[in-house]
Amino acid sequence: MIVRKPLPRWADLILVPFLNLTLAFLISGLVVLIIGENPIEAVKILLFGAFGYGEGLGYTLHFATNFIFAGLAFSIASHAGQFNIGAEGQAYVAGLGAILVALALDQTHWLLVMPLAMIASAAIGGFWGFVPGYLAAKRGSHVVITTIMFNFIASAFMVYMLNRVLKQSDNMAPESATVVNAGRMPQLREWWDYFGYSPLNVMFFVAVAALIAAYILLWRTELGYKIRTMGQNPSAAHYAGISNSAIVMIAMTISGAVAGMIALNEVLGVQNRLVLDFVFGYGFVGIAVGLMGRNHPIGIALAALLFGALYQGGQELAFMMPAVTREMILVIQALVILFTGAMEGLFRRPLEMMFGMLEFSKSEKSDDAPASSKS
Amino acid sequence: MELFDSLILLLDSTVRLTVPLLLACLAGLYSERAGIFDIGLEGKMLAGAFGAAVVAALTGSAWLGLFAGIGVSVAMALVHGVASITFRGNQIISGVAINFLAAGLTTLLGQTWFRQGGRTPQLNGDARFNGFDFPFADQLAEVPVVGSIYSELLSGHNVLVYAAFFAVPITYFVLFRTRFGLRLRASGENPKAVDTAGVNVNMMRFKAVLITGILCGIAGAYLSTGMSSGFVKDMTAGRGFIALAALIFAKWMPVPALYACLLFGFLSALGNFMQGAELPIIGEVPVQLVQALPYILTVVLLAGFIGKAVGPKAGGIPYVKER
Repeated sequence: MIVRKPLPRWADLILVPFLNLTLAFLISGLVVLIIGENPIEAVKILLFGAFGYGEGLGYTLHFATNFIFAGLAFSIASHAGQFNIGAEGQAYVAGLGAILVALALDQTHWLLVMPLAMIASAAIGGFWGFVPGYLAAKRGSHVVITTIMFNFIASAFMVYMLNRVLKQSDNMAPESATVVNAGRMPQLREWWDYFGYSPLNVMFFVAVAALIAAYILLWRTELGYKIRTMGQNPSAAHYAGISNSAIVMIAMTISGAVAGMIALNEVLGVQNRLVLDFVFGYGFVGIAVGLMGRNHPIGIALAALLFGALYQGGQELAFMMPAVTREMILVIQALVILFTGAMEGLFRRPLEMMFGMLEFSKSEKSDDAPASSKS
Repeated sequence: MELFDSLILLLDSTVRLTVPLLLACLAGLYSERAGIFDIGLEGKMLAGAFGAAVVAALTGSAWLGLFAGIGVSVAMALVHGVASITFRGNQIISGVAINFLAAGLTTLLGQTWFRQGGRTPQLNGDARFNGFDFPFADQLAEVPVVGSIYSELLSGHNVLVYAAFFAVPITYFVLFRTRFGLRLRASGENPKAVDTAGVNVNMMRFKAVLITGILCGIAGAYLSTGMSSGFVKDMTAGRGFIALAALIFAKWMPVPALYACLLFGFLSALGNFMQGAELPIIGEVPVQLVQALPYILTVVLLAGFIGKAVGPKAGGIPYVKER
């Protein structure tokens, strides 16, 4: 008889994601083949572009910084059972906080600008996460729909702000004024020219710190325990005296605040001014990063690095192989989300059966052994 | 009279902008009524628009384009079905994936095949769905009020426009007056009861997802071969999500869906119309506010401040047959 048993831990954490990812990449390779390029050559260019030289590595880590924040934002909400698709909008509005602080304090020192800009971005991004959280907790709205709507509202609001409020009279483009001094995040290349012209900046260290902080928050504090309990079993949490609505609101606020950090990395790290659509879909990549990383900081770090490499290597690829455009990354991203997220059960069920059979034959053998020795 | 003429123009543009919303909204209605959440309407519509434009450009026939658009959209819908019904995956995640897949593949393949920055070639003549006039539209155009309503507002649209509005009573009939519709709705409310009655819940859900694919394909074909003359990158521009908002606004009912789509279509027509225009008392209203209004209204409605929108009870939950 075949019994389906839960997979062993290593298979659950490593084997299943690995198989799903492999399938996603195989199909991506097929797409490359369809548009008439050599997939193996493409992988070579991609890997070299992402890791082969200092500037490439710098860009990879810069993108990874965004994806760590976006992935953490998705995961923290996810641990509380909330599906936050709103990181994109939360990061977008947070740009306001970053640029306003940076413009106001441009003549001071970055050590002053950075913490204050982080607080301002976190406050605005957090607010943009809190409202859907509040509506979900107190009014029973579906958090997915509300966050989707909030992305669009954020987009319209920012177009308005950039066109009507922040736009400079001497500039035709809808952009804010440019920060020139202390408002710019220090670039790592100023200390180490290995990174070439890449915009890798101090926010990378903030992202690494955020990974550690998220681990401590979720697995080493009372609040984290409450968040995870609520996410896994709301009625058990309620029975244990945890206020579910408070936890939903807190988790969504933290989630939005973390997403807001993308604004510092992009607005004060690359553009030095607020521009339209500076988030560029990074918030959405967080969904893929969180799913792939199994909502654990270590997994998120690895997945963010993978997507950072895909984004940087993908740009190199678009440059070297004319048939491959930037949108190839979107296709790979979609396939990764599909196979590691929605079709996660594709390999799980067959594997469970396989492991079930292995266990069964093992136990049969061990049953036989003592009997034969007796005779 | 001038005011009346511009009103007619505004309403005419409302009708054109309502059609893709309405088709996508009805598409979502079938799927969500059967218990499958679908935030991938946008992606399916985009893929359908691309498929329709490519085949229409190659064959010169808008009808072949329409069938291709439906085919591509149905293929995407089947991916959603396999992921969320067969593998019992998360329906939201699957929808997100489909949106990205459509956005990426359409531009990538469009660039590979036509090398026009993701555009498809300009469509002319029979490769587009052209408007046709009602009888006597020309003669009646001169008649005050009734004439312009008849010949401007009602006549002169393409066949997909009339099909979209006709789909509303059909959807109502199918969902609320047939056995198929009862079973479909029951699959989204109480799948166990459907199963007990000897009906295959997963098969019902697959059928619903299939209809969703067909309608999204028509919506896409309308965008690329009816409303404009060819496919442009990201041409759905969030319409799939407005349709989703309209669906919630209509509380998952077909006739209210028509009203919600007309309202949101009117808002986007008004947004285009008001670009930079000054209103008498209020002064200049920001276009962005008008554009964001459908989303804001949906958030407010969902929060139960104006009425309460409650979706199908078993929505989003994969059905597992008891053993």
